[in-house]
Amino acid sequence: MHSSTNIPNNHQWLEVLQPHQSLFDVPLSEVWRKRYLMLMFVKRDFAANYKQTILGPLWFFIQPLLTSITFFLIFNKVGGISTGKVPQILFYLAGLSCWNYFAETINRTSTVFKDNANLFGKVYFPRLIIPLSIVLSNLLRFGIQFFLFLIVLLYYWWQQPLVIQPNAYMLLTPYLLMLMAGFGIGLGMIISSLTTKYRDLVFLVSFGVQLLMYATPVIYSLSLPTIPTSYRTVLWYNPLAPILETFRFAYLGQGMFSWAMLLYSSCWMVVLLTVGILIFNKVEKRFMDTI
Amino acid sequence: MGNTIIEVTNLSKQYQLGQINSQTLSRDVNRWWARVQGKPDPYARIGAINDRTKKGNDEFVWALQNVNFNVQQGEVLGIIGRNGAGKSTLLKILSKVTKPTTGTIKIGGRIASLLEVGTGFHPEMTGRENVFMNGAILGMNKFEIERKFDEIVAFAGVEKYIDTPVKRYSSGMYVRLAFAVAAHLEPDILIVDEVLAVGDAEFQKKCLGRMKDVSLNHGRTVLFVSHNMAAIKSLCDKVMVMEKGTVLTVNETQAAITHYLNSQNFTQNTQLFNRNQYEVDAVIAYNNIEISQQDRALTEFANDAPIRVSVQYTIKEKVLGFRLIFILQDAYDNLISQTFFDEENDIGTNLDAGTYETSFVIPPNLLIEGIYKINITSGIHNVRMCLPKGGITLDIFIIESGIYKRKRFKPENRGLLTLPLAVINQYQHA
Repeated sequence: MHSSTNIPNNHQWLEVLQPHQSLFDVPLSEVWRKRYLMLMFVKRDFAANYKQTILGPLWFFIQPLLTSITFFLIFNKVGGISTGKVPQILFYLAGLSCWNYFAETINRTSTVFKDNANLFGKVYFPRLIIPLSIVLSNLLRFGIQFFLFLIVLLYYWWQQPLVIQPNAYMLLTPYLLMLMAGFGIGLGMIISSLTTKYRDLVFLVSFGVQLLMYATPVIYSLSLPTIPTSYRTVLWYNPLAPILETFRFAYLGQGMFSWAMLLYSSCWMVVLLTVGILIFNKVEKRFMDTI
Repeated sequence: MGNTIIEVTNLSKQYQLGQINSQTLSRDVNRWWARVQGKPDPYARIGAINDRTKKGNDEFVWALQNVNFNVQQGEVLGIIGRNGAGKSTLLKILSKVTKPTTGTIKIGGRIASLLEVGTGFHPEMTGRENVFMNGAILGMNKFEIERKFDEIVAFAGVEKYIDTPVKRYSSGMYVRLAFAVAAHLEPDILIVDEVLAVGDAEFQKKCLGRMKDVSLNHGRTVLFVSHNMAAIKSLCDKVMVMEKGTVLTVNETQAAITHYLNSQNFTQNTQLFNRNQYEVDAVIAYNNIEISQQDRALTEFANDAPIRVSVQYTIKEKVLGFRLIFILQDAYDNLISQTFFDEENDIGTNLDAGTYETSFVIPPNLLIEGIYKINITSGIHNVRMCLPKGGITLDIFIIESGIYKRKRFKPENRGLLTLPLAVINQYQHA
């Protein structure tokens, strides 16, 4: 597999273990070969969370619904943050199902080393499999929440057909999901790699993600005139903003959409994901000695 | 045979001791700066040997130093050595769990390592799901697991409960299922670390048999770490002895084991009881275990005088059916005898909270020259064994004295013990 200069002539070594390997030696093909293991991790994740709960995966419904209602009461009724013409619950559900996918992915990826220390100490497999399995299992969660969102969407569409204007940009959904996943896993891997050495970061992550939500148009929209122009310009540079705006624009007909901004967002994603994979892959090799 | 499947050259592994804290940031910067300038790592100190009895000021320790060896295809190589000799570190590097600091390992086959049974088992998943999970973690694909599934379940003997979550399994069933998965791996090289120390004796035998079968009939290479000399003896073709991170010798099994036992200089490496070294149970805390002869605490004893093993312990709260157990083993871990502190009671003894001392006295003229292991463990009758897991083991070294001093037999011809028989010789006829 790895070609080395000092291989004896009569031998076919399958593998050569050496102290230093190139930064770019990412075992992507091995990850693909072990995709079955990845699926098993997804399965284990679901079993771990929902076996022996009465409502099971229904919790995926309940959580965003209750959060939407809370947002409705706090930000809309008390805080007076407008959701435009779009019914509030629908507006929040759209933002939340998107945001949750990102937030869950980053939160869980950022504790990969901590959560799997024992496993990593006992057996080798490409560690990248774990973050990828998190992306997949969160994708299932997203699927369920998205389904809920679609039901609510259809209901309102049937009630007030003129207010909500779903459009062909819906076809961008897989791409938006990929962006969300890329951001979540990329940032998550960077953070998890740093936390193996600098533990303080653990505390920063969960509340950092929470703060980030307020800097991202989840409970408000940049397209609405209630946001002061100066803020809008700044918030628009948050690479997550175009994703949420595009999503709402596609399904609700309300939001700011620009190909340029989507491209901007994509560039960020590619950079973060690449850096994330490289750092993660580097740290993974030394991790067992520092934990 | 004759085909090298693992080649280890100049392998070393360095660990950082002590706490890793904010200092690491500045150290990282220094390291990085040295690397940019092309200088060697300023924190890598060469030559600090892994000797845990001396607490050096070095913050780094070499768990392995310049280890070289080859393994031939189809060979079963045993690895023995004291705790801290570097056995587990070596297995971890071979299993790719951690990287070497220097050196190279070349591997000519697919490796599966078994550093623990049941890695990845989740209590909420059924036996069936866990077989697939564990199999996948150990490197099997879906097809392989499906093909072997029935065999695995039969080996473990859990057919009836295969669709029950494993949290409902008894610990014995759990371990059997976990080992069954591992036993059906088909790698070219199998790495096993001490996992046979689990399960009951019958199952252990089954596991050993399976490992033997794997190497003999399937031509696989096995690397096997154990403290159990009996298992090593029955399984291995060759044994590597490790000490303080280096290889002492690689030899035929019997010769290597003898070398190992002789290399343990018992007057220097006194294994005195250190209470901080053990987990403490909720019910019992061992305060001291002292082995003495004629009122002197020793680790080397003459075999013509009684040896007293005094156990001082605190019972923290009233306990029903308590049992202190004295186990005597030979150097190969063969059980010689097991004795309760209250053989007269059927169901253990009720003890009030307080401090106790129990002494077991080994009569004179019973043990032969060599190493014995004394294991003190305790339990609550029909409930559980107490911590520390596996009890506390101390080694003693017996030297011949008194009537046995003249060494009429070689130790291996004497047997496990000398029986203090009464020998009656009578002159009958002319």
